[in-house]
Amino acid sequence: MAIDISQFLQTFYEESFEGLDIMESGLLSLDSGSADSEVINDIFRAAHSIKGGSGTFGLNAVANFTHILESLLDEMRDGRRQVTKEGVNLLLESVDCLREMLTAAKENQELDTQRIADVHGRLEAMWGKSEEGASTPVTATDNSNTSTGQNADGWTIKFSPFPYILKTGNEPARMFKELRELGELTVAVNTDKVPDFPELDPDECFLAWTLTLDGNIERAAIEDVFSWIEEDCDLEITPIVSRSESDNQPAANTPAATGAATARTGGSSSSESASIRVGIDKVDSVINLVGELVITQSMLSTTGSAYPMLQAGLAQLERNTRELQEQVMRMRMLPVSFVFNRFPRLVHDISEKLGKKIELKMSGEQTELDKTVIEKVTDPLVHLIRNSLDHGIEMPEDRLAAGKPETGTVWLDAYHKGGNIIIEVRDDGKGIDKAVILEKAIERGLVDANTHLEDNQILDLIFQPGLSTAKEVSDLSGRGVGMDVVRRNMESLGGNVEIRSTMGEGSTLTVRLPLTLAILDGQTIEVGNENYIVPLISIIESTQIKPEMLNYVAGKGETFMLRDEYIPVIRLHEIFESKPRHTDITKGLLVVVEAEGKKTGLFVDDLLGQQQVVIKSLETNYKKVDGVSGATILGDGSIALILDVPGLVRLSQENRTDRLKLSA
Amino acid sequence: MATAASTEAMQLGQDGTLGQDDDGVQFLSFILADEYYGIDILRVQEIKGWTPVTRVPQTPEHMKGVLNLRGTIVPIIDMRMRFSLEEVEYTPLTVVIVMTVKSDSGERLVGIVVDAVSDVLNVGKDDIKPTPDFGDTVSTDFINGLASVDDKMVMLLDADKLFNVEELATEETLGQE
Repeated sequence: MAIDISQFLQTFYEESFEGLDIMESGLLSLDSGSADSEVINDIFRAAHSIKGGSGTFGLNAVANFTHILESLLDEMRDGRRQVTKEGVNLLLESVDCLREMLTAAKENQELDTQRIADVHGRLEAMWGKSEEGASTPVTATDNSNTSTGQNADGWTIKFSPFPYILKTGNEPARMFKELRELGELTVAVNTDKVPDFPELDPDECFLAWTLTLDGNIERAAIEDVFSWIEEDCDLEITPIVSRSESDNQPAANTPAATGAATARTGGSSSSESASIRVGIDKVDSVINLVGELVITQSMLSTTGSAYPMLQAGLAQLERNTRELQEQVMRMRMLPVSFVFNRFPRLVHDISEKLGKKIELKMSGEQTELDKTVIEKVTDPLVHLIRNSLDHGIEMPEDRLAAGKPETGTVWLDAYHKGGNIIIEVRDDGKGIDKAVILEKAIERGLVDANTHLEDNQILDLIFQPGLSTAKEVSDLSGRGVGMDVVRRNMESLGGNVEIRSTMGEGSTLTVRLPLTLAILDGQTIEVGNENYIVPLISIIESTQIKPEMLNYVAGKGETFMLRDEYIPVIRLHEIFESKPRHTDITKGLLVVVEAEGKKTGLFVDDLLGQQQVVIKSLETNYKKVDGVSGATILGDGSIALILDVPGLVRLSQENRTDRLKLSA
Repeated sequence: MATAASTEAMQLGQDGTLGQDDDGVQFLSFILADEYYGIDILRVQEIKGWTPVTRVPQTPEHMKGVLNLRGTIVPIIDMRMRFSLEEVEYTPLTVVIVMTVKSDSGERLVGIVVDAVSDVLNVGKDDIKPTPDFGDTVSTDFINGLASVDDKMVMLLDADKLFNVEELATEETLGQE
């Protein structure tokens, strides 16, 4: 009976797309000049598994295409082919083709066969070229083989005995004497590990040595000297390749050819990663259960506090559950490099298209955040980077004229800060002209010509819908839809985005996001006898209102004045139709929140505690509810709803217009 | 194997998941204002006593709120309000039946508040009678059929039609007084 292989198809696609990503990032790092054979090897391995898999699943077009790609890579790996810019670009194009072919096969879509045939033809042409000129490079590989030969002109020996070596009765100095009999010996000592005098144990050896032994000596002879203490030290014996020999090799082939030999031995072990593939739904159900455990634990500790005998055990349980929760949460975390990895390619392509010289510098790629956040943050980040490339960085000649280096730089940094992740997109381009923005905003009627705005308020206008300062709309950006969408996306993730810019020096966009969508820092508020959670990130401050701060716009719109700003009031009990303890606004409290760049005051009865809550969706079993972003389970097992602040603001505006219509 | 008889039974349910054994289908019957209703027993997740729920604003009247069912947030619907019946105080006998509802977007859990749970009924396929047409006065879309058990009429409800998302969202109630 035949095995049904279609069940593995999904895995094949997943792995293939990962493989393509590896190939792409590998090719891009080749692009920046270094012909590292380890990198070529990675690319080759990825191509090879795609070829194998596609053959198994009957995707012959993909297999054929990958075959020729693989042949080219094989030549590069062996140093028989030089890594050129054209070559890399063609390979990148073929990675795109493969991705299209695989997507088409996966989704049963139509395929642009013309383009693939074209790239395939060019790959074949390139492969054909090397066949003709193959005779000369082959000799180069022959040369390189000698470098790994057993007899060399000398040896470098790295010898670091373990501290207890002296206690075993072995004396390094005596071994050095023995080595000296074999040839000319140079000894260098490394004292890095020697502790401060008070900690120094005279019976232990903290020294390590690097020995150079000149002369035509057999490796075995050296190994003989150390044979007694093989187990008690770190020993590394490497041959010194004579200079005259390496000079004979063609310069371009040297790095790839010598590297290939080491890469092949070391490569196989590194390709096996120590991870398993687990469905996200399984992880989520574990997270859910752990959330339950935390709630059960807090219920237990409330009841258990009456029994002193239980106290110690409960405290232990609490520590363990917290630890468990943290660890389980980490299972969903991925390094932000999953997003960042695509940007070198983006910058490469766009800068070529625009004719600009741009370098991308990334840091903090290992910063971890939740998988769902990663998925949702990608498109907005692409947008921000495109903006920097398109509007930020100037053309090379303009840069030179402004006294800047010809190559512009875009920095992409990620780091943790106070329970949030910060992603910064920074460029050293021309910056944003505030006057132009203000002019545009007035022209579009977004602000009144007479209002005085602070610099940061002007910059903030770029997040308003319908504002684009680009003189011409390009296919990259400048349509004026974008920054507002970016801000809205970030806020829907519970984060925000800010901008700073200096004319002539560049701009910085700072994106602040929660580490996870599963947990939220919340402020519990009370309205009537109901409790709600307000995300802490959207709260600016809470305040008590004095009657003289209140104003009414046209007798209805309730506003209050807070430090020279008029802030509209939303009476939560009105929107939620609950019975409040206070209807007099001066008796309760106002929680000032910010949504979509605007401040609003939420009128509530009281503020209760702050706590971290596990976010649960209402949509799983019900539907989206306006003004509510989710729910959470409190320590006593009851449910509290989490408020969706931007949604609430929209809701109250609708309510207001409804009422106006009614009264009209 | 599907015989002609069981195919007929399967037509009653959306997808043949009606509880069925050799001679019929099992229903959980419950009481609402002295009337008997039945739902497919395979859809019933659990039966629990009434506990206070968290009210969700901006939802219809019959949506009582949400309940924490071992970490899952489950909407609770008052069936009396849903069917425009007279409202009563909840008593210790008031029961919440948590059941699965299937829709295009997957399976969901919904709890319904009923006066009391009655019995598990074995209803033979031939004992299920079609619902009479009441014209516009009573909506019967959500009733799969009527069954007679011990001289009582039991309305067999179609959970999927009763609780599709649109229905939950609208202010309208079924059946008009």
